[in-house]
Amino acid sequence: MRKIILSTAALAISASMAMAQDVVRLGTEGAYPPWNFINDSGEVDGFERELGDELCKRAELNCQWVTNDWDSIIPNLVSGNYDVIIAGMSITDERDEVIDFTQNYTPPDPSAYLAMSEDVDLEGGVIAAQAGTIQAGYVAESGATLVEFATPEETIAAVRNGEADAVLADKSFLTPVADEDADLMIVGPDVALGGGVGLGVRESDPELKATLDAAIQSMKDDGSLNAMIEKWDVASTF
Amino acid sequence: MFSYCADPDTLSGLTWLSCYLTTGKHMQFYLSFGTVLLLLAITAPSALLFGFFGAASARSRIWPVAWFGKGYIAIVRGVPDIAFFLFFVIALDQGFEWVRHQVLCPDWDQPIRQGNDFIVCAQAKLPRGNTAQWVHEVYGFFLAVLTFSIVFGAFAANVLFGAMRAVPHAQIETAEAYGMSRRQTFWRILVPQMWVYALPGLSNLWMVLVKATPLLFLLGIEDIVYWARSLGGTANPRFTEYPHGDWRMWYFLALLIFYLGFTRISEIYLERLMLKLTRGQATSGGEAQRKVTA
Repeated sequence: MRKIILSTAALAISASMAMAQDVVRLGTEGAYPPWNFINDSGEVDGFERELGDELCKRAELNCQWVTNDWDSIIPNLVSGNYDVIIAGMSITDERDEVIDFTQNYTPPDPSAYLAMSEDVDLEGGVIAAQAGTIQAGYVAESGATLVEFATPEETIAAVRNGEADAVLADKSFLTPVADEDADLMIVGPDVALGGGVGLGVRESDPELKATLDAAIQSMKDDGSLNAMIEKWDVASTF
Repeated sequence: MFSYCADPDTLSGLTWLSCYLTTGKHMQFYLSFGTVLLLLAITAPSALLFGFFGAASARSRIWPVAWFGKGYIAIVRGVPDIAFFLFFVIALDQGFEWVRHQVLCPDWDQPIRQGNDFIVCAQAKLPRGNTAQWVHEVYGFFLAVLTFSIVFGAFAANVLFGAMRAVPHAQIETAEAYGMSRRQTFWRILVPQMWVYALPGLSNLWMVLVKATPLLFLLGIEDIVYWARSLGGTANPRFTEYPHGDWRMWYFLALLIFYLGFTRISEIYLERLMLKLTRGQATSGGEAQRKVTA
């Protein structure tokens, strides 16, 4: 066993010498279109792919994409398996205690309910949400019965098969779903949650945070961020 | 893949399907079958090795060794798998990095634990931050194999521990009467005979291991279940050239067939192995074999 460890280490060292420039690893979920998803050729794609690549170009970082399960996305960041979370993660106080966020790259944006009919009971019914999201936290406090699922896809499936009356998620995620399926519709008023979406970085990594903050600011200043938001239709613009 | 796949919107029927099933994403799905099989091929023998040492040390007459073996079996068997795979791997990774940090960066003056963060010097990171993605993946795979081996090794240790005790005591006593040392008795009498008692338990473990591979995605390794879920999920025309509804059922059906087939093949081989191990044993199976040949 020690031999394997040593040879892995040797591999890692020899490979690292080939690339002198520092690599910043970007962790995402890859299951939340249009924010991030795996495209037909099996690569990370979507709004955040384009945004991340542009931010890295502006900050002159050499970036690498990694996908990780949503449930373990924060533990893996603080443990140093990647350096940035770029996964449509809303800035909340609870998360801010564990990791640091850059300034938001989309404004605080509405969440919405998606259901099979207009007259569902949003206050007392059964509402689906992805586990560990701000929407799940909101439903739990609202008095409705919360059913949680590991992936966004399963929350929609739960509404289709009647397990849940409605699903609460980012409106930008639900709108293309509702457009595509005649049975599903956005219902009720929008709900404003969170402080916008930001990049998650380790609290001990203030330099990277400052670099990325500056890159986001420059994209905000020249309007390219707004153009990108409109292209992917993920949120309202700044 | 094929030249006619350039514009999938115009295709239909089998041509569409042939293009759809050969996208890069599907290729990664097919490749992940290889990942899973490779993981099984490496994990099964190494878990058996862990199990063997666990069982041997649990039987030891030196009490610290026996305590270690018994503690290993009890603790790992008691902790839920999902907790193990969520946190143990991160702890294991941090453990390696901590050791490397102590060796490589003795002059480091900052604390390793800063709040929630785990910070080691850049040289100690495993793999190093600026290595290629495939190195990270190989390392992740290695961690997965090690974790699986430790977990399943504990179960295997328990099975082997029982199997060692199931070997008829008269055999051991006879060996001692012949003047064999404890070590000789263990290797010449106990170990060759225990397998027949261990195999039913071990074959169960193998079947559980085959189906435990979806835990891989918790370790960041994209296994067949991850890809089936990702490919089968509703494909919105805005984000793909091959839109379709919720096809997860079909993908999981394909996985079901794969797992059932794999189970059948395993059963055939395990049955053959059982026949082989039974030969000449003082068990009812061995007795039956003896009568047939006699």
